[in-house]
Amino acid sequence: MSTTSTEPDLLYSEEEEALRAAVRDLLTDHCDPADVITRMETDAPHDLSLWKSLAEGMGLAGLLVPEEQGGQGASHREVAVVLEELGRAVAPVPYLTSAVVATEALLAGTGAAAGELLAALASGRTVGALAVALNVAPGAAYKVVAHEGGLLHGELTGIADATAADVLLVPADDGGLYAVNTDADAVTITPQVSLDLTRPVATVTFDGASARLLGDAEPAVRRALRAGAGLLASEQLGLAEWSLTETVRYLKDRKQFNRPVGGFQAVKHRLAQLWLEVVGLRAAARSAADALATDSADTDVAVAVAQSYAAPVAVRAAEEALQLHGGIGMTWEHPTHLCLKRAKADSIAYGTSGGHRAALAELVDLRAP
Amino acid sequence: MTDAAELTRLTRELLAAHPPASTDRLDFLRARFDAGLAWVHYPEGLGGLGAPRTLQAVVDAELEAAGAPDNDPRRIGIGLGMAAPTILGFGTEEQKRQFLRPLWVGEEVWCQLFSEPGAGSDLAALGTRAVRSGDNWIVNGQKVWTSSAHLARWAILIARTDPDVPKHKGITYFVCDMTDPGVDVRPLRQVTGEAEFNEVFLTDVRIPDAHRLGEVGDGWRVAQTTLNNERVAIGGMRLPREGGMIGPVAKTWRERPELRTPDLHQRLLKLWVEAEVARLTGERTRQQLVAGQPGPEGAGLKLSFARLNQEISGLEVELLGEEGLLYEDWTMRRPELVDFVGRDAGYRYLRSKGNSIEGGTSEVLLNIVAERVLGLPSEPRTDKDVAWKDLAR
Repeated sequence: MSTTSTEPDLLYSEEEEALRAAVRDLLTDHCDPADVITRMETDAPHDLSLWKSLAEGMGLAGLLVPEEQGGQGASHREVAVVLEELGRAVAPVPYLTSAVVATEALLAGTGAAAGELLAALASGRTVGALAVALNVAPGAAYKVVAHEGGLLHGELTGIADATAADVLLVPADDGGLYAVNTDADAVTITPQVSLDLTRPVATVTFDGASARLLGDAEPAVRRALRAGAGLLASEQLGLAEWSLTETVRYLKDRKQFNRPVGGFQAVKHRLAQLWLEVVGLRAAARSAADALATDSADTDVAVAVAQSYAAPVAVRAAEEALQLHGGIGMTWEHPTHLCLKRAKADSIAYGTSGGHRAALAELVDLRAP
Repeated sequence: MTDAAELTRLTRELLAAHPPASTDRLDFLRARFDAGLAWVHYPEGLGGLGAPRTLQAVVDAELEAAGAPDNDPRRIGIGLGMAAPTILGFGTEEQKRQFLRPLWVGEEVWCQLFSEPGAGSDLAALGTRAVRSGDNWIVNGQKVWTSSAHLARWAILIARTDPDVPKHKGITYFVCDMTDPGVDVRPLRQVTGEAEFNEVFLTDVRIPDAHRLGEVGDGWRVAQTTLNNERVAIGGMRLPREGGMIGPVAKTWRERPELRTPDLHQRLLKLWVEAEVARLTGERTRQQLVAGQPGPEGAGLKLSFARLNQEISGLEVELLGEEGLLYEDWTMRRPELVDFVGRDAGYRYLRSKGNSIEGGTSEVLLNIVAERVLGLPSEPRTDKDVAWKDLAR
């Protein structure tokens, strides 16, 4: 079994806290839950003006990209803090899919085309999406399209944020990863009706689409999905924390039987238990982010631990929030359902909790019967 | 300011002056205390050097490498973890000089006379009486669940000194001499078959006023120091991965594939993840303390470890199959130390049931988290402004 000689840094640095404050301020002003709910019902669920502020205004799309390649040269630790805040707000922006997953896929490549695209993604003016279904785990099989005579043919489903993307990174049957512009005639993107309306999935059809080769698909996809899974835990942490905080706030005010509902022991114990789990999730998410940032030999274990733990906690936090808000929690205008839908979709994204536990069984030598 | 290099130098000096191989164990420990290397964060002259707490690790590593004896901290855990910080915080200079050295060396064992048959989770309801008589206090009452009482030289004791005020206000904190003829210790056999704890009957026990800790009537506040340290001591150990109860069960899983079933595999992996997350949470709490930004996370550690210990040891009994039907030894014994992780799976399963009761039940700790961390309202109380003597019993 693997052990680390030194423990990961599980705290937040002052710079990370400053980054958090800046992102939270922006989201407080420009990502009101009521607006998110309204936007979800339109044909354009993504908030591209918010994306512009985050990506171009604050330079957050390029955090993972080295400065010499046009990025900010920061690390997964800073990205994790951004995702905590985006998770708290259930912000409808393609940050995880473009600035993390697609960017990581490009960081695995070496060619000129990959470098050029990487710089474009880092600037935030181009949005990318990896054309692998959102539910695929880091070590699992994924669907590819046919590469014939320099053109791509085939259909892929469950591609998150494809409708917001300018470029798709597409794995093909020849083992290559290709870049395809979404505005090309031979590419059709059809939104699917999604459980999580703030991170919608789509079907993508290639009917002889011209494509630029970026490099080998396999290492790029593995790297991208591992980073996605590890950092998703921070988004789940943000969601869970928001759900807990909002519920506690509400239950201090809400009275029944002439007492604040939050004063009943049956309710207090549930919230205290949830707090314990959120505290655990924070440690696990920080561990995964730090392992990715330092390229630790323990990264696979840290990511699998975080993803095994995160989904049930985030889902339960959102479910408890809905239940403990009573009838109001069940309404469309209360933002709890944004969290619940995102949390449930997140529990499938980049592999399920059970899938990550199965991966862990191999990593730490606790093999199945 | 004492830094790591200075501590290393002092430790090597101690080892040179008192070579562990040729020095009596207790003599070595006394010399270590006198050198300020017992607990480096304590004041000079009281076993420490006023150094940062985290630098203790530097001393411990140096001593361990040299094969120096330790003070068997598990055997004297109550003295180290609970009595010592309370004496340091509230004791007179004379009390600190009298008690701390033999306590740390381990030549004097301590126990804790807190719980009573009618005052467990509601500890402040205690009824043991202490009545002033000249320079002494005369104590009468009954305590229970007292670990190590049969070995102890001293006890920390809380007793009621004023029944006419509300229950939290009339309590005073004492050091009780366990060799006083009025102290009667009787073993209480528990679910493991052993008598790790006792009931203690106090009949006209005479405690000199010089053995009072803190002001008369201020015992509840003093006791908070003891209780907070107790929870840290129970939940706050630093562990490597698989360092707790998950270790033995993971080892059995690896070594004995014939015992594996799909159901046990699912449960084991889930608990392995939870144990690793609890470990990381403890590590994060420790890093916060080192960075001088203590968070409330520590409040939850005992809760997590209690639940995990119970679930993991329960799983282990099942994993063992036919062997799980067996038990090591039901002989009634009075052990010298509380053993959470040693012994066999059946013992661990039964002993861990106490983890959610001792040092504050999980129910009480959840209330504490809800009220102090989350700021939720407290339960309505009917005992707050009523004199203790007027409370229904």
